[in-house]
Amino acid sequence: MASTSRRRAGAPYLFLTPALVLFAAFLAAPIGYAVYLSLRRVRVSGLGLGKGARTEVWAGLTNYARSLTDPEFVPSVLRVGAYGLIVVPVMLGLALVLALLLDAGRTRVGTFTRTAIFLPYAVPAVIASLLWGFLYLPRVSPIVDVLGGVGITAPDALSSSWVLYAVANIAIWGGTGFNMIVLYTALRAIPTDLFEAARIDGASDIQIALRIKVPVIGPSLVMTFLFSLIATLQVFAEPMTLRPLSNTISTTWTPLMKVYRDAFVRNDIYAAAATSVIIAAATFVLSYGFLKLVGSRAFSQEN
Amino acid sequence: MAVTTVPVAAPPAAPAERERPRRRTSPTATVLLLLGAAYCLLPVLWVVIASTKSASELFNTFTFTPSVHLFDNIAFLSDYRDGLYWRWMVNSGIFAGVGAAASTLVSAMAGFALAKYDFRGKALAFNLVLAGVLVPSVILAVPQYLLLAKVGMTNTYWSVLLPSMISPYGIYLCRIFAAATVPNEVLEAARMDGAGDWRAFVRVALPMMRSGLVTVFLFQFVAIWNNYMLPFIMLGDDRLFPVTVGLSGLLNQGATQPAMYTSVVTGALLSIVPLVVLFLTLQRYWRVDLGAGAVKA
Repeated sequence: MASTSRRRAGAPYLFLTPALVLFAAFLAAPIGYAVYLSLRRVRVSGLGLGKGARTEVWAGLTNYARSLTDPEFVPSVLRVGAYGLIVVPVMLGLALVLALLLDAGRTRVGTFTRTAIFLPYAVPAVIASLLWGFLYLPRVSPIVDVLGGVGITAPDALSSSWVLYAVANIAIWGGTGFNMIVLYTALRAIPTDLFEAARIDGASDIQIALRIKVPVIGPSLVMTFLFSLIATLQVFAEPMTLRPLSNTISTTWTPLMKVYRDAFVRNDIYAAAATSVIIAAATFVLSYGFLKLVGSRAFSQEN
Repeated sequence: MAVTTVPVAAPPAAPAERERPRRRTSPTATVLLLLGAAYCLLPVLWVVIASTKSASELFNTFTFTPSVHLFDNIAFLSDYRDGLYWRWMVNSGIFAGVGAAASTLVSAMAGFALAKYDFRGKALAFNLVLAGVLVPSVILAVPQYLLLAKVGMTNTYWSVLLPSMISPYGIYLCRIFAAATVPNEVLEAARMDGAGDWRAFVRVALPMMRSGLVTVFLFQFVAIWNNYMLPFIMLGDDRLFPVTVGLSGLLNQGATQPAMYTSVVTGALLSIVPLVVLFLTLQRYWRVDLGAGAVKA
């Protein structure tokens, strides 16, 4: 039997082993492999026929140059940027307002509305896109019926000028409830005495919300913002699902869709790897930069 | 199953609810909340009504007029290629259930080690976890596919299950739960009684972390159930598909066979029933305070 000190010395590594093995195999190795592939290319000799005619060689940064100068890459990045500028503020704004309304406790429909608003979290993005996709079809959309009733021709939600908002709406619908619950949980944790004094001094609910509650739940807001940002940059399921219903969504509508097309439709895994690395690096820089910017102690190491 | 034995104590992530003083109700608050609820329920209400419509009614009767064909639609969907749809549902259950259980155990062990031991490399391990949280997992799907293809593991259950078992955020949460709910004295006492580290973890730490672990399990379960890109890339055989990939494929067929749309709508309704039930019965666990770690600092 090992002594107490020896037992304790080895134990944490054993506890960490499964996590480290999985981390190495499914996070670190794929990242390393993507970086490696992004620096490689196939050299075709002769007619490219026969064994040995196609060999993999170092490519330097040509794949990155190819990705960045691809005429479809920049528009897809700008599209996701615009999409993020709509989704993140609207979703978190709604989530915060609804959480504050629930927390103020001045309604009898709190439990019902909280459950109803949280419900979309149980609906996968693919299914949500499917449901909204049908609701966007002019023949199904109740909005078209209602507007038609008062003589207005509703715009086609899946036309090229509206499709970005149509996709954004699906993400907002799917994400508001989850973020609301996170913020509501944080609000419920605020000790009452922090704002009871202000209330006795005659502060309104809105003043209490803006001056006391919102600053106190700052760390939760930072975290919801961060996770929303990361989720936004990898939008894939919603536009992929809507494609059969709309001809305005191209195969490179978002950067991740371009990665998919390059890897599996064009069999150009080198370009796909380079684009993946660019997206991953951009996500990391944006989220890390955001954490630095707000000077947050989120993800603190308290010991 | 841990899920059915609900612990008496509130989940650690959920703070003690403060007394809610009786306050005058505000019509504005009520109206705004009801508007939010209506927006969130609209598509769900639509899919419930639409799945009662026959193929000819789907696009031709008023959106919210129900019909009587729900069971016909379910029977038709169930007959589709010998019940392929139900295979997808079972597959989703396997991916999400097994993946989330394994991920929760892996996260609990790692979180426990990071919270309760001092060892060389601890800071490095924790920083790796944090970096992992910031890496969008979806971007890994393509290189994961290429690597698994080298060892011939794509197009198997494992190709979806294994990558789902590592969750840096789950480890991060478990570290918070272990630090908050497992007192060092209790672990010391267990060691005094001769319990080894593993025994102390299984018999002492895990029960104390239980309600936090249920939250991690639910998070991961929903994440895997909702995942689309990973199984979409990994799997070629449609008998292995989860319901998300299966239904989006069915929607693609609708473009050429509009009769399939009825099955797609009915399938969408049936696919959200399990998660909605899971939600309504386990609502008390959906209270994770993402800022908890930061507030404590």
